[in-house]
Amino acid sequence: MQKDVKRLSLILLFTPFALWILLLIIIPHMGMVVLSLREKVAPRVYEYGLGNYIDFINEPIYWNTLLRTGSMSLLVTVLALLIGFPIAYYIAKIAGNRTRGALFLLCLVPLWVSDLIRAFGWILLLRETGVISSVLQWSGLVHEPIEFLYNDVTVIIGLVYTVILFMIVPLVSTLDGMDNAMIEAGYNLGGSGPTVLRRIIIPYAMPGIVSGCIVVFMLTAGSYLTPILLGGKNSSWFTEQIYDQFITRFNWESGAAFGFLLLVFTSFVVWLGLKITGQTLANTVARS
Amino acid sequence: MTTSPAYDLECINLSKNFGPVRAVDDVSFTIPSGSFFSILGPSGCGKTTLMRMIAGFEDPASGDIRIKGKSVIDKAPNKRNVKMVFQHLALFPMMNVYENIAYGLKCNGASKAEIEARVRDVLDRIALPDVAEREIHQLSGGQKQRIAIARCMVLDPDVLLLDEPLGALDLKLREAMKIELKLLQHQFNTTFVYITHDQSEALVMSDHVAIMNQGKFEQIGTPQELYHAPNTSFVAGFVGDSNRWSGRMTVINGDTATVETDAGLTLLCSPAGSIRPEAGQSVEIFVRPEFIHAHRQDTSPAEDEPAPVNQLDGKVDSLLFNGANSRVLVRSSSGQLIEADVTLTGGTDDLRPGEAVRLVWSPQQTMCFRT
Repeated sequence: MQKDVKRLSLILLFTPFALWILLLIIIPHMGMVVLSLREKVAPRVYEYGLGNYIDFINEPIYWNTLLRTGSMSLLVTVLALLIGFPIAYYIAKIAGNRTRGALFLLCLVPLWVSDLIRAFGWILLLRETGVISSVLQWSGLVHEPIEFLYNDVTVIIGLVYTVILFMIVPLVSTLDGMDNAMIEAGYNLGGSGPTVLRRIIIPYAMPGIVSGCIVVFMLTAGSYLTPILLGGKNSSWFTEQIYDQFITRFNWESGAAFGFLLLVFTSFVVWLGLKITGQTLANTVARS
Repeated sequence: MTTSPAYDLECINLSKNFGPVRAVDDVSFTIPSGSFFSILGPSGCGKTTLMRMIAGFEDPASGDIRIKGKSVIDKAPNKRNVKMVFQHLALFPMMNVYENIAYGLKCNGASKAEIEARVRDVLDRIALPDVAEREIHQLSGGQKQRIAIARCMVLDPDVLLLDEPLGALDLKLREAMKIELKLLQHQFNTTFVYITHDQSEALVMSDHVAIMNQGKFEQIGTPQELYHAPNTSFVAGFVGDSNRWSGRMTVINGDTATVETDAGLTLLCSPAGSIRPEAGQSVEIFVRPEFIHAHRQDTSPAEDEPAPVNQLDGKVDSLLFNGANSRVLVRSSSGQLIEADVTLTGGTDDLRPGEAVRLVWSPQQTMCFRT
């Protein structure tokens, strides 16, 4: 009886999860792989082959865009880590108990506004007739309007702003679990500030750092809205290519191949990152 | 350096406030080189704050701290040659035992060969030569303790601070570690400053003990002095077990005084403490259980004792058997419970609950403090 109840509850809990994995992850991806392997030889005539992937390799603009997306995503990840770590450290270790909650809440506030609106917020600030340009003109520092939008710096700023929270949250939770005495012991045994940071705090926070980086990198590489709105046509983000293939050119086969390539590429980067830092996926996700 | 100063650690008029609370209030003491010094006090008495000031994690509001005769008040924690064993040890979980011990040496810029030699040496001295490559979570509680001490001792500190490091251990291990710590201190011949709220830890291990209460030192002395000649009623009550009465002193005559207790008893006692009580003042009386003798009333020996004694009749309420430390709880006619040491042999002579007994103790063992 007891056993049956246990089994039933397990099945009830497991079913939605299995359905989600199967219907929303495995089947679509298998469909994508199958689709990407089809080549159009004549109207309504398809053959299986690697043509779509060969096209990708033969056309430098495609793989350049992918590499560019990857490297810019890495840059965004590094910037988010550099900015997020001190913030997380302050929240977890320096702020008092009451301010900690308030600060955490402040970090969450931007999430109440949709991605789209947040991007438009940046546009209002940065466009030629926007707030910053106007203020600069008014103060006499410049004499004609400046366009801050549609360049890589803006795209990176916008992306860092969008994803930094996903860096801060895992960092705060790992740093929170660190006993203050450990930092004090680091000083007590003769370590200077940089030594304690390098030898004790960062190694301890490594699982949080890695999991934050994975999430941020994946989100950035797969983001669409922010690069398009802030970077315009210059952004050449890889998701834009995929969108083009699917929607504009109606070339689903090639779009599916691109989508699959993006997945393989980002997975490879994450794998490489884990190898370099000596962490395992289970370790980082479980600890933070 | 021709002569080393006599004191490893001196604290002079140290004070520290947290808002309106005076955590440490004008504390001064000196610790001779190579001794085991304990600071004993109830939780919240300021002992941890005092220790953190010595280590440099808190800045004193006023006063001075000198290590080997030199003021360290302006030195950062990592520049003071005072090492600390934390309450939960704070071993670094991402490093193995070897790296934990080597950490401090690396910070000092020691060469690789020197680090290797000194880590091996200190592991030998704590009798754990084979654990160097183990991870911290693979160690037992007692081993972790010793690694935490080794991690500090490898740096040859002038003073080692220990913040209740035995608190997390189970009873059996704690008893073993008490002896072990004392032996380690002898072996390294370094000054240990041990913070605890557990009086048996302090009394067993220390050369000198300071009793701390509400930010102040009540008394500093050897464990024997604190036990047998306390300066204040707080020390008398905090160190060891006592029976207590409160009352008013009626007559004082040299070394003996007569006190009328609140319950109406008349007791003979000897005035004690740094400020002696005077006639007419309210006082507190402490008597250790081992100085009270319990006799059966019917068989009480023909009493022609030369000196006047305190006597009290009562009934055995219960027996607290604990081997050689057995006690009897006696309910006096006024209803108070009094503890006395007894010898329980297991034979027919033993006291039994409900029996009428007479408690006898001498006035010299009856300490009386001004309140």
